Amino acid sequence: MSLVLDEPLSWWGGIDAETGLVIDRNHPQRGVSTKDRILVLPGGRGSSGGSAVLAESLRLGTGPAGMILRTVDPILVIGAMVAAELYPDRSCPVVVVERGYELLANNSLTRIRSGGVVKQSPATRSPTPVPSRPPRAG
Amino acid sequence: MAGPALTDADLAMLNGEQGEARALAMRLLVGLGRATGALRMIDISNAHIDGTLYLGRASLDYATRLRDQGGRVRVPTTLNVSSLDLLHPELFRGDDGVRTAALATVKAYIDMGGQPTWTCAPYQLPERPSFGDRIAWGESNAIVFANSVIGARTPRFGDFIDIAAALTGRAPEFGLYLDRNRRAGVCFDVSGVVERAGSREQFFAVLGFLVGREAGTDVPAIIGLDSATEDQMKVLGAAAATSGSVGLVHVVGVTPEAPDLDHATGGRRSPRLVVVEREDLDAACRTLSTERSGTLRTVNLGTPHYSENQIARLAELLGNREVHERVALYVNTGRDVLATAPDVDRLQTLGVTFVVDTCTYVTPIIRERRGVAMTDSAKWAYYAPGNLGLDVVFGSTADCVESAVSGKVVRGRTPW
Repeated sequence: MSLVLDEPLSWWGGIDAETGLVIDRNHPQRGVSTKDRILVLPGGRGSSGGSAVLAESLRLGTGPAGMILRTVDPILVIGAMVAAELYPDRSCPVVVVERGYELLANNSLTRIRSGGVVKQSPATRSPTPVPSRPPRAG
Repeated sequence: MAGPALTDADLAMLNGEQGEARALAMRLLVGLGRATGALRMIDISNAHIDGTLYLGRASLDYATRLRDQGGRVRVPTTLNVSSLDLLHPELFRGDDGVRTAALATVKAYIDMGGQPTWTCAPYQLPERPSFGDRIAWGESNAIVFANSVIGARTPRFGDFIDIAAALTGRAPEFGLYLDRNRRAGVCFDVSGVVERAGSREQFFAVLGFLVGREAGTDVPAIIGLDSATEDQMKVLGAAAATSGSVGLVHVVGVTPEAPDLDHATGGRRSPRLVVVEREDLDAACRTLSTERSGTLRTVNLGTPHYSENQIARLAELLGNREVHERVALYVNTGRDVLATAPDVDRLQTLGVTFVVDTCTYVTPIIRERRGVAMTDSAKWAYYAPGNLGLDVVFGSTADCVESAVSGKVVRGRTPW
């Protein structure tokens, strides 16, 4: 299930790795859980410690299921790559969408297919609870 | 997507001919090159490692994997802060498990050949890179300083990839290594506010915070400042890298590449113009405080690590007055600075606690975890509420000193 972040986020200082919650008090999605979601976000920001916090959240199982970025963020790319090296069952595909980023909706069933193709089913804005185990990237 | 072109030496490392550690490092570097569209790999002459801070088991797992697989740095490599004050270990109030893991992380980086500098301000060390050097630095404030003050070139390296570059001496050519990515796309004109405020560090902190937030993905330039000290540039850059993903600020007339605005923009196009007014500074300043009243418990200076000049200024502001008994005044600095700075002994007898090798907002050092903390650092103010759960008041260094002495929050007029 997708989660659209309205602003870039620094994982270090912005995400609590123990819970996966956004803790940046200035972020519009403060308090929202990123666990097992496919995050749709403009990019990263701030501290260079973000790779380690992302890798740690993936190790703990509180991390996102995948990320769709508008602009490439080396810190998030490396965090996901190192997690895949250290903990091979904790994959978090990261893709950059050059066209159509604005069309990606919140709370929609979202898949990242091999080759980086993003598929999203029509937006469902009903307040149904997010399943604890959404589909993993194909 | 095609990756960067690799030399025979790169391929040899990638294929494990120089050990598994360099192979892993090269896999990450090539992956980063592919993600960023880099065309080739380049030599780097210096590295600064941000991954020394223990941020959980992944920090330790990665460092020990590389060390145990025989990783050794190939270029001069300085180390950023850790989670511990190694000279004053009694200051750490975290649990023993974290202490042990943090120590093991630190040891892994030393074993790989990192210099035990433990500072977020490697540009304050006696030896530092030169103009035009291509380096691989982690730690966001150090990155901005290297690019904007020294004129060395480093993209925004983060944890993990920094040591990968150090182990191989290589990096994909992306981001701020390239001329085209160093051109300013947004210009902040501060000429209307600089006359009153231009010499004050608080102004540079708030301006940096505003610039980082407004710049977005553009490289910012600032016009209207004719001069700035290294301490002022440090404060500006740290704040800009906190609120945004800034790796380079062209302060026209100060940044080596930016003697004028034409050079800052590469002369190619007219940048977006932002005229900075007093009200903008007021608004940015307000967002840095979560609290204006409440009981003051601690004052925190030195994020990034204080320089000798900043410690001297603190000594001047404090005079011979003692820190209030209810307030803990911490000064974060590098062990190299602490060893040579004047007035350290005298400040300690007045109640100042010096913290080295780490910083009070990244690790449990502060005794009192409720109430109000005060700081002169935009970076500390931004991150401490989330990290520590404290309320924060941001003020000038003078405000911080007056508050520490009187035991309650004192705020003077802002300088703009």
